[in-house]
Amino acid sequence: MNQSTAVVAVRNVTKRFPGVVANADVSLDFNPGEVHVLLGENGAGKSTLIGMLAGMQQPDEGEILIGGQAVKIASPRHSLELGIGTVFQHVLLVPSLTVIENLMLGGSWWQRLARGAALKRFRELSGLLGVEIDPDAQVGRLSLGEQQQVEIMRALWRGEKVLILDEPTSMLTPQGVRDLGAVMKRLRDKGVALILITHKLVEAYAFGDRISVLRLGRVVGEIAPDRLKAMTEKQVTDTVIQMMFGTVEAHARDAEILTGRGRAAHRDRAVDRSGAARLQVRDVGTEAERGACPLRSVSFDLWPGEVLGIAGVDGNGQKHLAEVLAGQRHASGGKIEIGGIDVTADGVPERRKHGVRYVTDERLGEGTVGAFSVATNLVLKEIGVAPFWKRGISDWNLIHDHARTQIKRNDIRTPSEKIPVGRLSGGNIQKVLLARELNAEASVAVFNKPTYGLDLQNTRLAHDRILASAESGMAIVVISTDLDELLELSDRIAVMYQGHLAGIVENGPDVERKVGMLMTGAQKDAA
Amino acid sequence: MEGLLTQPFLTALLFGAVTAGVPLLLAGLGEQISEKAGVLNIGIEGMMLFGAYTGFVAAFYTGSFTLGFLAGGVGGAVVASIVMLLCIRFGLNQIVIGIAVTIGFEGLTALLHYFQFSRTYPRLDAAPVIALPGLSQIPVLGPGLFSHNAVVYLAVILVGVFTWMFRSTYVGLNLESAGNKPAALDAAGVSVIKTRALAVLSTGFLAGLGGAYMANVGAGLFVPMMTGGAGFIGIVLAMLARGKPLWVLLGAALFGASLSMTTALQVAGVNVPTDVVQMLPFAMVMLVLVIFARHSVLPPALGLPYVRGDRG
Repeated sequence: MNQSTAVVAVRNVTKRFPGVVANADVSLDFNPGEVHVLLGENGAGKSTLIGMLAGMQQPDEGEILIGGQAVKIASPRHSLELGIGTVFQHVLLVPSLTVIENLMLGGSWWQRLARGAALKRFRELSGLLGVEIDPDAQVGRLSLGEQQQVEIMRALWRGEKVLILDEPTSMLTPQGVRDLGAVMKRLRDKGVALILITHKLVEAYAFGDRISVLRLGRVVGEIAPDRLKAMTEKQVTDTVIQMMFGTVEAHARDAEILTGRGRAAHRDRAVDRSGAARLQVRDVGTEAERGACPLRSVSFDLWPGEVLGIAGVDGNGQKHLAEVLAGQRHASGGKIEIGGIDVTADGVPERRKHGVRYVTDERLGEGTVGAFSVATNLVLKEIGVAPFWKRGISDWNLIHDHARTQIKRNDIRTPSEKIPVGRLSGGNIQKVLLARELNAEASVAVFNKPTYGLDLQNTRLAHDRILASAESGMAIVVISTDLDELLELSDRIAVMYQGHLAGIVENGPDVERKVGMLMTGAQKDAA
Repeated sequence: MEGLLTQPFLTALLFGAVTAGVPLLLAGLGEQISEKAGVLNIGIEGMMLFGAYTGFVAAFYTGSFTLGFLAGGVGGAVVASIVMLLCIRFGLNQIVIGIAVTIGFEGLTALLHYFQFSRTYPRLDAAPVIALPGLSQIPVLGPGLFSHNAVVYLAVILVGVFTWMFRSTYVGLNLESAGNKPAALDAAGVSVIKTRALAVLSTGFLAGLGGAYMANVGAGLFVPMMTGGAGFIGIVLAMLARGKPLWVLLGAALFGASLSMTTALQVAGVNVPTDVVQMLPFAMVMLVLVIFARHSVLPPALGLPYVRGDRG
């Protein structure tokens, strides 16, 4: 480590939260003109480290050095003033304001809103990121992917010395990730110190100049730039896995997911399509909503035991598709049949009776009620219904018994079934959702971004659950912006583009190219 | 009943509507600022009442209406600073503190008034009136709408100022963010606590000014409990206005007119029991709530104290 060149450095930093040590004796240097990758699973302490650099939290021990001087970063404002810009994992935009208003946020009250200058900067950054967003669109109506793009713009807004990106690629398309990589390189060449947090080793290798690996709050290894440059991708992969897991073989599957390698083996499983389709969707459309892409005449069939992956750039109607299948959104036209029964006009309870299950991408809020206990959330869609409710009176013993069984069976990590679900980690909230939705009576399941924001282990568990459900004869729709995930799970992959199904292709060799072409909307005949 | 459509009756009706509506307008505008910033300011009734008292006392002893209004605003802001300290700084429950403030200052003003004036209710001279040149010459409308105290015109001008402020200044952006996604404001480097504190103090000042107008101009004297729910009507107006000052103005005009109607109908000697007539403004509140309440959109962070690091 070369202390004299570091623009930001942390020295022996320790941060404790009740019950956990989030960071233990962490020392790292962040140099200008360098992309410093922090690798580690959820809970490895990356977010806490970022939180301290961004001024959201203060270290309990140790110090943060800016340009060699020990600095106490007292607030987010202080962090910004020191030239540290951060893109957080959680969306930090005001949903009721427009894109440009969100970007202008942070000025002092006596200043006039400089809209013209802001628009100029907005166009610069749009060009730099290669994205097209309406600056006057209300942020709450943008898709998660677009919101994240706005967040990246906001972090770049003041041309910071240090840019922290907390898993920025999780929402982007392959093209978006490449664009982001180009932006990072340009910024790096301008002398910005970039801190990139990612799960994906491929990205660490592609974008990183220096790689540090965190595990359980500690730095367990670092690959310096000159060493990294001399290594092949294979060597880096092996080295990092060695650092993270100790041995290569013992955790071969973790390593596969981490690297995205070994998944090239496409899912190869014959689906019996001779019988009647379980789910038939015919020319289904939805009402247009300001800022959201509606469905336009979507049709497909889905057979029992089949997994249909829905790919596409975020914001091309995926959310509407999920909601219209779940019965949460009214179809403005077309027909949806389950096992030959027309359910187009049915709401959520009726569809649920027909075996429709929906695992939303908004785990907290739409999927669960954060303030309710784990037990209540496990029966959330059966409130007032026997056997858990008898003549309108809750049978808490039964509800809690049911919860304890589910917690054990699904390995939900919670101190008790009475804990509010909002206090659990994302992975455990997802387990609660899966436990509730995937029971014996399920016949059609819709997953929207099932592994968004989950760590390796929970991603693997969710994938296993989805595949096991398909094996048991469920018809499954998986919506995801992560193409690798769809390649692993799907029998067929459909691509959504501007509310249409641009095409459906069989999963197999060369599918990436076909899907990629469909995603751009250019090639309709690629399938 | 034939007396209803005479010129003096209509003039009195309009004049009364403005007089009754202005305190509601000031309270509503004030509450709107707090609600935008995510603070449900239930204590506004107490702020109005204390503003009415301090405003009256200042005007009574100095003889200056300007000082009276100023003292009213400051009085309201002083009460607001209690809310600011307990709810914003220490994150206590806004509804509980708001109710406590309202009840507390109902009692306190009555007590102070009793010590100061015993059981007498001294009156102020008539408040100075600015007749707008030209406009005030129009029959009925002129004396009804355009011959009022300066505070009336100030309140109406504030509607325009606030509309502009919410839409095209940093104050507007910051208030909106503090109520919708305080963490985003914090991350942008603006203190949520300070933004909300400023909002609550402004609410207090405007509510106090409204109270002082009520005492010094509307009634010309101070009576304990004289605000009679005006602060609560202000809360309703702010909630129904969806962050738009113009809607507060329209609502205040509607309620002002129905309050004025109560008095005017009694004066005109209409043969309806006074109890029924006095119900009118409150029936109006309920009617408006039934019609519009489901359209009211409140900021997601309304009523929630902000703690840095909490997700959301």
